[in-house]
Amino acid sequence: MRQFLLFFTIITVGLVFISRLFYLQVYSSPANNLYDDNAIRKVYDYPKRGFVYDRNGTLLVSNQSSYDVMVIPREVKALDTIEFCNLLKIDKEKFIKTYKKAYHYSPRLPYVFVSHLSKEDYAVLQEKMRKYEGFYIQKRSLRHYEASIGANVLGDIGEVNNAIIKKDPYYKMGDLIGKQGIELSYEDVLRGKKGIKFIQKNRFNKNIGPYKDGKFDTLPEPGKDIKISIDATLQAYGEQLMKHKHGGIIAIEPSTGEILTMISAPTYDPNSLVGRKRSQNFTKLYNDSIAKPTYDRSLLAQYPPGSPFKVLNALIGLQEGVVTTEDKFTCNHGYSYGNRKMGCHGHPSPLAMNMGIYESCNSYFANVYRRIIEKYDTPYEGMNVWNKHVTSFGLGNYLGYDLKIGSPGRIPSGDFYDKWYGKNRWRTTFTLSNAIGQGEIEATPIQLANMVAAIANRGYFYTPHIIKSIEGQEIDANFTTPKHTTIDKENFEPVVQGMFDVYNKGTAAALQVKGIEICGKTGTAENFTKINGVKTQLTDHSIFVAFAPKDNPKIAIAVFVENGYWGSRFAGRIATLMIEKYLSGTITRTDLEKWILSHSLEHEYEKPYSGEPFSINRGSTLEVVEPTIINHDHLLPAKP
Amino acid sequence: MIRVTNRHFSFDWITIIIFMLLVGFGWLNIVSSSHVGETLDYFDFSQPYGKQLIFIGLTIGLIIIILSIEAKFYERFSSVIYIISMLSLVGLFIFGKNVNGATSWYGIGGMTFQPSEFAKAATALAIAKYVSDLQTDIRRFPDQIKTFIIILVPAFLILLQNDAGSTIVYGAFFFVLYREGLPQIYLTLVLSVVSISILSLKFGPTITSIIATLIIFTRYFLSKKKPIIFQPIIITIIAIAMSASVHFFYDNILQAHQKDRISLWLRLEKDPTKIAEMRRDILYNLYESEKAISSGGFKGRGFMEGTRTTGKFVPEQHTDYIFSTVGEEWGFIGSSLVIILFVLLMLRVLHLAELQKSQFSRIYGYAVASIMFFHFMINIGMVMGLIPTIGIPLPFFSYGGSGLWGFTILLFIFIKLDSNRINEW
Repeated sequence: MRQFLLFFTIITVGLVFISRLFYLQVYSSPANNLYDDNAIRKVYDYPKRGFVYDRNGTLLVSNQSSYDVMVIPREVKALDTIEFCNLLKIDKEKFIKTYKKAYHYSPRLPYVFVSHLSKEDYAVLQEKMRKYEGFYIQKRSLRHYEASIGANVLGDIGEVNNAIIKKDPYYKMGDLIGKQGIELSYEDVLRGKKGIKFIQKNRFNKNIGPYKDGKFDTLPEPGKDIKISIDATLQAYGEQLMKHKHGGIIAIEPSTGEILTMISAPTYDPNSLVGRKRSQNFTKLYNDSIAKPTYDRSLLAQYPPGSPFKVLNALIGLQEGVVTTEDKFTCNHGYSYGNRKMGCHGHPSPLAMNMGIYESCNSYFANVYRRIIEKYDTPYEGMNVWNKHVTSFGLGNYLGYDLKIGSPGRIPSGDFYDKWYGKNRWRTTFTLSNAIGQGEIEATPIQLANMVAAIANRGYFYTPHIIKSIEGQEIDANFTTPKHTTIDKENFEPVVQGMFDVYNKGTAAALQVKGIEICGKTGTAENFTKINGVKTQLTDHSIFVAFAPKDNPKIAIAVFVENGYWGSRFAGRIATLMIEKYLSGTITRTDLEKWILSHSLEHEYEKPYSGEPFSINRGSTLEVVEPTIINHDHLLPAKP
Repeated sequence: MIRVTNRHFSFDWITIIIFMLLVGFGWLNIVSSSHVGETLDYFDFSQPYGKQLIFIGLTIGLIIIILSIEAKFYERFSSVIYIISMLSLVGLFIFGKNVNGATSWYGIGGMTFQPSEFAKAATALAIAKYVSDLQTDIRRFPDQIKTFIIILVPAFLILLQNDAGSTIVYGAFFFVLYREGLPQIYLTLVLSVVSISILSLKFGPTITSIIATLIIFTRYFLSKKKPIIFQPIIITIIAIAMSASVHFFYDNILQAHQKDRISLWLRLEKDPTKIAEMRRDILYNLYESEKAISSGGFKGRGFMEGTRTTGKFVPEQHTDYIFSTVGEEWGFIGSSLVIILFVLLMLRVLHLAELQKSQFSRIYGYAVASIMFFHFMINIGMVMGLIPTIGIPLPFFSYGGSGLWGFTILLFIFIKLDSNRINEW
C-alpha cells in the first residue's frame, strides 16, 4: 500500500487543480469583452450633439463646452488637498464627502468630482492638473439655447442616472442624455455615437500604448441636426401673449400635422437649466406648486373642452342622419328635461344648425345629442356609436405624437356609464352634459387642436408631430399617413360654415381680422377645485379653437386660458392674434394685442390659496398690468 | 513502450518528450509575460525570454553530459556531490548576494547562480545512497535520525538564508522515506500536527483539544489489543499542549507577512476593511494572478493577447507566477493541459521508479517525483489561491537558469539511472 500514497496524492492534487481552474475560468470567468477589462483604459471621444433648427431654419439649440473634473479613486495619490480645493472652489468637507461617494460608487471607475467648471477655472486648473494623480478633466458639450423660448418643447439634457446606465451600456457615468422634450424624443439621433480608444494599462495604471495598435478604436459619429416643426417667431409671440396667464396653446398645420407652436404658460428660460445652476433652478421650478412651470399644460392638462366640442356633435348628428341642416329646435333660455334645465343665453329661437353653432346654443345641441343616442335601442348602444365617432378624431386616448409625455383625455362610452351608474340603470339625459362638451368629457389642448385640424381638413388628420426633418433620414411614416375620421367629407361643409359664422356674426364677431377668413368656436368651461376638502367653483376656463383660412387651411389652433372666463375674452383674442401673426406676419388688430398684454390673471390664480372667500366669473375683476412691449421685428435674437 | 534497444539511446522517451513540451511551452509563456514594447525579437538576450533561450540551449549540453556519465558514478560519488553541495550552501554566508531579502545567490559577473536549486538533487542522491545501504534499516530509530540529518542540513542552511519556500520542499522526502518503510507513526504524526495547527488557528485551542481528545479515545476503545491506559492520556496531553502552543508559534515566531498570508488563507481576520487592505497590500500578486487566470476563460485570449499579461499586472509573472500567463492566454484548455502534463510526468517517473531493480535508483526516482510534486503543488496551488503564498518556481516553466538546470539535473540523472536498468542484474 505504501507505494500508492504519492500516486494518489498526485492524482488528487491534479484533480483539485483542474476543478479550481474550472471554477476560475469557466464558472466564474468574467465576460470576455474589452469594455469590462480593467487592464484596458477606455477613453471616450464625445461627438457634437446635433443642432436643432425651427421650421424656417432658425437655429434654436446649439452647443457650448463645459469641463468636469473626474476622479478615479484607486489612482489618487497623496495630494495637497487645500490647494486643490482652492482651485476647484470647494471646501474640504465637500472634497471628502465627494471623494467618499466616488469611492463608494467604484474605486476603479471615473466619477464626476466637480461638474461644469467655468472657462476661467478650467484655464487655471488645466495647468496644474498633472500634479493630482487620479484626477483629470473631461470636456463635455452642453446645450446652448439661442432664444429663450420653448422650454417645454426643446427640453434639456442631464447626466444619466444609474438606472439608465444599467439598462443601456452605451451610457457611462457622467454622460449626458436627453431628459425632456425633443432632447429625449430624438436622443438617438441627436447624440451621435461616442468614439472610443482602447489603451493598454500596466499595473501602475500607466498607459503603455494603444491596445492592438488601435485596431478596435472607433471614431465618434457626430449627432444629426434636426429641424422641428415649430415656428420660432410664432412660438415667441405666443409666449409673450400668455404672460400672466396659465394655460396652453397648440397650433398645427392641418395639411401635415406639424406642430407650429406648443406653448405652456407659465414657462421658463431653458438656459436656466444648463450647467452648474441646473439642479438649483430645477428644484425651484419643480417646487412651484401653484404656477407649475415644469408641467406642460399643452400636452398634459386635461380640461373639459366646452362649446368647441359642440361642432363634433353636429358632425355626428349629420353622419348618423338624425338631423339635417334645416331641422330647427326651440330654445327657451335653455333646455328642460324632466324637472331639470340646461341654461342658455338669449338668442333667436327656434334655430337650425348654422345658428346653433354660431350662437353656441345649448338647447340645440342637447336635442341633437339626444337624437344621436336615442337612435339606438339602448343608450348603451347609442353611447358606443357616439364614442366611436368622437374617438376617430383622436380624442379619448394618447395621440401618439413624438413627445414622451401626454394625457389620454376622456371620452365616455356605454361601459363607462355602466360602471358609473350600474348596468342599464342610466338614461341619455344622465349624460346630457356631453352635448355641450362638459360633464365627463376631458381633452388636452393638443387633442383639441388636432380635432380642429381634422375639421379643417374635412375629415382626416395627420398625427401631430414636432419633427420636421432629420439630416439624411426619413421621419416616422406614421406621421405622414392620414388618419380618417368616421365622418363623411360632405357633412363637414355646414359645420365649417357655422364656425365661419362664429366670426361673421356669432360669439367671436368682435374678433374679425380683415382679409383672413377664420373659422372658430368659443368655449367656456366650468371648473372646480377642492379647497380644504370642499368642492369650490372657480372662474370658467376661457377656450377657443380656430382654423384659417376657411379654404385650404394653413393653421389650426386650440387655446386654453385657465380661469379666463368666457371664450372670446382671452382665448379668442389670443387665437386670433396668433392666426394673424402666422398668416400675415403683421398684426392689424393691435387693440386685441394691447388688451391681452395689459390684462393679468395672476390674482385669479391666487384666489384659491388666499384662504379668504372670493367671487368668480361675473363677480371677479380683471387686473390691469403695464403691457409688455413687443417688438415684432425682434421676437427672436438677431442672427449672428 | 518507447524504448530503443540500442544501449546508448535506451532512455525513457516519454519522460523526455514531456520534459521538452514543458520547457518549450514554458518558454512561450516567458516570452509573453516578459516581453515589453511593440516589436518582438526572440533573440534579444537582454530580455528574460532571450536569456532563457540561452539557458535552454545550455541545458542541452548539460543533458548530454549527464547522460554520458556512467550511471554507477552517481551512486558512488553521491556523498561527495552532497558534501560539495552543502559547502556551496555554507559559502553563501560569506560570498552570497542578497536578492529580495534572501541570500540565496552567488553573483559571478552579470550572472547569478542559486546553489539551493542544485542541493535538492544532491540531497536526493545522498538519501538514496544512505537508505539503500545494506547496513541501513529505516525502521530503526538511529537510522531514521541519520536520514533526517541528511535532509535537515540543507533545509536548515536554506532557511537561514531566508528562503522559507525552498526549505519546505525538503518535506518532499517524507514520501520517499514512507515508501521505504518509515513507520506508520510518522504519517500519523505529520497529519496530526498539520490538522491540529490548522484547527487550532481556525477554531481556537479549546475546540481543537476537545476534538483531538474525542478522536484519540475513540480510537483507543475501538482498537482490539489495548495498550495501557496511559498511552492515550499522554497523547491527549501532547495534543492539547500542541493546540495551545500553535498560537504562541503563530504570534511570536512567524514573521508578519507569513502571519498575514496564513490569516488570509484561513480567513482568520474578520474585519472586512482590514481584509480588503490585506488583500490589496499582501495579496496583491495573488489577486492579480487569480484575475488573470479567470479572464482567460475557457479558450484563453491567445498567445501574446492577454491584456493583464501585456499590462504586467502580475508582478514576477515570468518567474513564480508564470502559471497565471498560461491561465490568461491559453485558458482552461491550456492550463488543464499543463496540469495533465505535470501529472503524467510525475506518474511516469513514479512508475519507472517502481520498476527499478536497484534500491538506489528506486529511492532516487521517488525523490525526483516527490520534489517535482512539491513544487508543482505549492506553486500552482499558490497562483490559484488555494494555499498561502510560498515563493518557489514551477519546474521547467519558471524563468531562471539555476531552477531550470537544477530540475534538469534532477530529472536526467534518473533517466540515466533508468536507462541502466537492464544492466542491473
